[in-house]
Amino acid sequence: MITDTPAPVQNRPVATKGRVYRPNQRHIPVLATLALLALMYGLGVANYEGFSDTQVLLNIFVDNAFLLVVAVGMTFVILTGGIDLSVGAVVALTTVVAATLLGKDWPPGVVLPLVLLIGTTIGLAMGCIIHFFEIPPFIATLAGMFLARGLCHLISKEAIPITDGFWTSMAQERLRFGGFFISLSVVIAVVVVLIAAFVLAYTRIGRNVYAIGGNAQSALLMGLPVGRTRISVYAISGFCSALGGVLLSFYMLSGDPLHAQGLELDAIAAVVIGGTLLSGGSGFLFGTVLGVLVLGLIQTIITFQGTLSSWWTRIVIGGLLFAFVLLQRLVTRRAR
Amino acid sequence: MGQPVPVLEMTGIGKTFPGVVALDDVDFRLLPGEVHALMGENGAGKSTLIKVLTGVYSNDAGEVRLAGEPVRFTGPLQAQRAGVSTVYQEVNLCPNLSVAENIFIGREPRRFGKIQWSRMRKRSAELLRRLDLDIDVSAPLSTYSLAVQQMVAIARAVDVSVKVLVLDEPTSSLDTSEVDQLFRVIRRLSDDGVAILFVSHFLDQVYEIADRMTVLRNGRRIGEYRTAELPQMDLVSKMIGKELETLEQLEERTGRTHDRARDAPVVIQAEGLGRVGAIEPFDLTIHEGEVVGLAGLLGSGRTELARLLFGADRADHGGVQIGGRPVTLRGPRTAMRHRIAFSSENRRAEGLVEDLSVRENIVLALQASRGWLRPISRRRQEELADKYIKALHIRPADPERPVRNLSGGNQQKVLLARWLITEPRLLIVDEPTRGIDVGAKAEIQRLLAELSGGGMAVLFISAELEEVLRVSHTVAVLRDRRLIQQIDNDADLDADRVMQAIASGGQPA
Amino acid sequence: MTQPTVSERSAPPDQTPEKRGMMRTVLRHRLFWPAAVLVLLLVGNVFFTPSFFSIRLQDGHLYGSLIDILRASTPLILVGLGMTLVIATGGIDLSVGSVMAIAGAVACLRISDLPDPNSVGGVLAAVGFALLLALVLGLWNGLLVAVGGIQPIIATLILMVAGRGLAQLITDGQIINVRSDPYRVIGAGYVLTVPVSVIIAGLFVAAAALLVRRSALGLLLESVGGSPAASRLAGIQARTLILTVYVFAALCAGIAGLIFSSNVSSADGNNTGNLIELDAILAVVIGGTALTGGRFSIAGTVLGAVIINTLNITVYTVGIPSNVTLLFKAVVVVVLCLLQSPSFRAWASGVKRLLPTPSRAGGAA
Repeated sequence: MITDTPAPVQNRPVATKGRVYRPNQRHIPVLATLALLALMYGLGVANYEGFSDTQVLLNIFVDNAFLLVVAVGMTFVILTGGIDLSVGAVVALTTVVAATLLGKDWPPGVVLPLVLLIGTTIGLAMGCIIHFFEIPPFIATLAGMFLARGLCHLISKEAIPITDGFWTSMAQERLRFGGFFISLSVVIAVVVVLIAAFVLAYTRIGRNVYAIGGNAQSALLMGLPVGRTRISVYAISGFCSALGGVLLSFYMLSGDPLHAQGLELDAIAAVVIGGTLLSGGSGFLFGTVLGVLVLGLIQTIITFQGTLSSWWTRIVIGGLLFAFVLLQRLVTRRAR
Repeated sequence: MGQPVPVLEMTGIGKTFPGVVALDDVDFRLLPGEVHALMGENGAGKSTLIKVLTGVYSNDAGEVRLAGEPVRFTGPLQAQRAGVSTVYQEVNLCPNLSVAENIFIGREPRRFGKIQWSRMRKRSAELLRRLDLDIDVSAPLSTYSLAVQQMVAIARAVDVSVKVLVLDEPTSSLDTSEVDQLFRVIRRLSDDGVAILFVSHFLDQVYEIADRMTVLRNGRRIGEYRTAELPQMDLVSKMIGKELETLEQLEERTGRTHDRARDAPVVIQAEGLGRVGAIEPFDLTIHEGEVVGLAGLLGSGRTELARLLFGADRADHGGVQIGGRPVTLRGPRTAMRHRIAFSSENRRAEGLVEDLSVRENIVLALQASRGWLRPISRRRQEELADKYIKALHIRPADPERPVRNLSGGNQQKVLLARWLITEPRLLIVDEPTRGIDVGAKAEIQRLLAELSGGGMAVLFISAELEEVLRVSHTVAVLRDRRLIQQIDNDADLDADRVMQAIASGGQPA
Repeated sequence: MTQPTVSERSAPPDQTPEKRGMMRTVLRHRLFWPAAVLVLLLVGNVFFTPSFFSIRLQDGHLYGSLIDILRASTPLILVGLGMTLVIATGGIDLSVGSVMAIAGAVACLRISDLPDPNSVGGVLAAVGFALLLALVLGLWNGLLVAVGGIQPIIATLILMVAGRGLAQLITDGQIINVRSDPYRVIGAGYVLTVPVSVIIAGLFVAAAALLVRRSALGLLLESVGGSPAASRLAGIQARTLILTVYVFAALCAGIAGLIFSSNVSSADGNNTGNLIELDAILAVVIGGTALTGGRFSIAGTVLGAVIINTLNITVYTVGIPSNVTLLFKAVVVVVLCLLQSPSFRAWASGVKRLLPTPSRAGGAA
């Protein structure tokens, strides 16, 4: 921790003020999210009977495991300063493809890798278009979204139930401990989160993601593999969406072209509420986890309230988005 | 002659952009352990040559040989791996990452693929200490000044097993002591056998550090010389390739030739104006027809002072009187209403709108002050643009060309034209000559002298002390964010005395 | 195929043409490829529907596929018009779909509450109220962006998410059906044989284009979008300008919402204007306005909106199953954006570059 001004360099216009607080400043948004999460949880516990049951909390994970995985991929993309609008459609496509193939008695051992490959390929293709042809991510992934949704409708017009043994066992399997349980999907999601957090903090590709989000131009001149990294994050996001789709199909036991409508918004909202800047370069994966939990908690509270219609979820998410954005704004402004 | 084998040899390099031949059959060679200056005006092709060398651009013709082997880099990373590192004029680092990461990213110390953060921090602290820089390497780069960022960039370039180090205008944002520090590092590297390609607009620096130089003009090589054998005058004439008239004007101290403007009416008077963390409260009076120069090291508060006078930043102390009446400068618009103009040091980010045409950039401030409901007619716009393109010799003389495609000097002239058409009473120019070529520099200095001769008050800021002395009637000396002294620019004021004033903090020695 | 071999930015239409010949100038014009695609789509339709270009007068109304396309395009043209100006300032407005839904819902709710749904005054009051609400929503967006300094994509995401909920709240999750002749006129009526909605959109586009190009508004918007910092120091009041464009975008969305709901005589809070923000952004980009702000083209956006709707109708007339429309759209989007991408042109003409040029290739070296 440096508080004094070292001798050799005396003129540091930017550095002289508020230096001591700087290192923590990037953690503040995440801490704020954590605090609000605790507050919301406290309000829930205070107002609703049975809310304090640990299982309520675990159920948030169970219900949102797929969103968590999708949001992880979105975090990578947003950290580079990009955006991926195709995630919801890729999730839906994954469920539809999986359900269709399983319905034709393909073995799960083939279907599972295949759908993951499809998702990754779509991401890869979008990444290539974005990088090589300099199409804005917003537009390229929008096209990806149209494409994936269109393929869904082409394959099937309505929902297809999944009856495959592996799938149903994955759907029903519960890990129990001390009277509580979680689904296998939660375990998968947590593993994904841990791997992703490690990659972002401790590997070259992870740091390159931050560098590109900070200043892509500089990153290129510093000799970083900008193209490869940028394409990779979309491929990662595509993979995460496909995996999220698999988890959703475990959860719903069906493939439906109408699944995951607007999921991209939830994922983006979770990332933003988690304190990651949409302009890229700043944010943490842990924040995204908190963001997903916040969204899940809203759902839970509205369910507990019982008298509220479903559209209140949207209004509350909008309101919270507003509150978090405002808060982050105030925090960064004060720290400056 | 027994010349040593060049570490780098570029022969017959050609590069064409749409409509522009940037390089035409250029030869260039670099010997191990030498400091070689690449000289030329803006648009001469220096940057293009460097970008070809480092693989940012691919050359259309010619060959690059490194240590005798033909190479063709596809990008900076490849070039770096082969031992060619570059530090650019603009700091090309990532502001959101820590200092340590900026030095090591792309080649972080790893074990089993996992980045070893503590080792990285330790090694970067050591590296920076070798450059006499002792800072917290875990803090984000954005918390440090430009000068420190530049040193970090050099640390990054030096750390690799470097054969050729390209320094593209590395000193443009450094103050004197930092330049000395940099030169020490350069000498040490060249002693170690590193070949250094050095680009700078500061002739004195080039003569201080370079062993040899190659001069480019209009994308062609003019020649290769030993620094010791080429007088400065000859160099400049080779660079600009026209008669030395402009250069002589450069030598002349326009500021001193004017009569004192002390009795003229006061244009602006600041009393106790200041802003916490930017500049301590100061008093400053500027008269009609007077040029006040600000002298001081980088970070002494020059720009900050100017920004307060324009209302670009809000003052939290003191006040301003304009034409004898107190005025609260709420923002640029208030200042403009009182006919104050401010041309920022940061041309690209705060000056011009690069997408817009020369014409649109020129009329922008005038149009903004009129409001959108009172448009300047297209014909009037064209008249204004043509008039100032002619008056300021803006090249190319095409009002519809996007400003992005102009060279630095011409961009600066466009920015000046923007403010001149608003007919300001006070023109604040912050580093109007930074990074532009000798010819344009002289033109801008002459222009400022003319304007003040016509009654305009000018606040002139430059990092080059000689230039401040050349242009100003009065020199205001700044140090550590304080205005410490105002000196009349009379016959016996020279750079040494100003330097003394800065060094002594304004106390009579 | 003579393709331009260089990756220069396509020149703005008012730039003096270079001496390289007509063909090149036309090919380089930034509206060339969108226009070519539109023509291609229209001509393609003739093979499936020979009467595609025929317009006939029936009951004093113009009928024909072209009229259908125009009518169907009006909401998107309006939303795209507002979006163009927002994007020109370097912003984006994701909330337009929600604003459409809210405007339609409020108008229908008010009309259904009228004692006489056919009273012109009552309908006008309802429409006025809906538009007023749209203005307020636009003000909200504008305040967040211009005063709050929040990134536009986030600021408008708030209303996009919450607004959809609000629209459903207004309609109580139902679809409100109204039987009101005066209200129907907006979306389905005709004046002098021309559909009213087309007239409204046409007037709006013309007025906006005139306002923007005849006043200095266009220059100031492009300046703010091109470089906010430079614009501030040039004395431009970006705050007011930005506030205004968001309010304008919401107003456009509000009118689009009314046209949409009037055409079907009902309001559906959940589905009205769903994903139209994406189509609108698409229209803007197809029209050659960069998402990063700065130079914009209203004509381009109108062209883009018409292309998107022609596509929808083409899919229908050609007999492609309607559920594949999205697929078709994806292809056209990719093709059009690629054609406009300088890197793609360079690549297609044989110059293979693996890295994007870090700076615009220019004369300054």
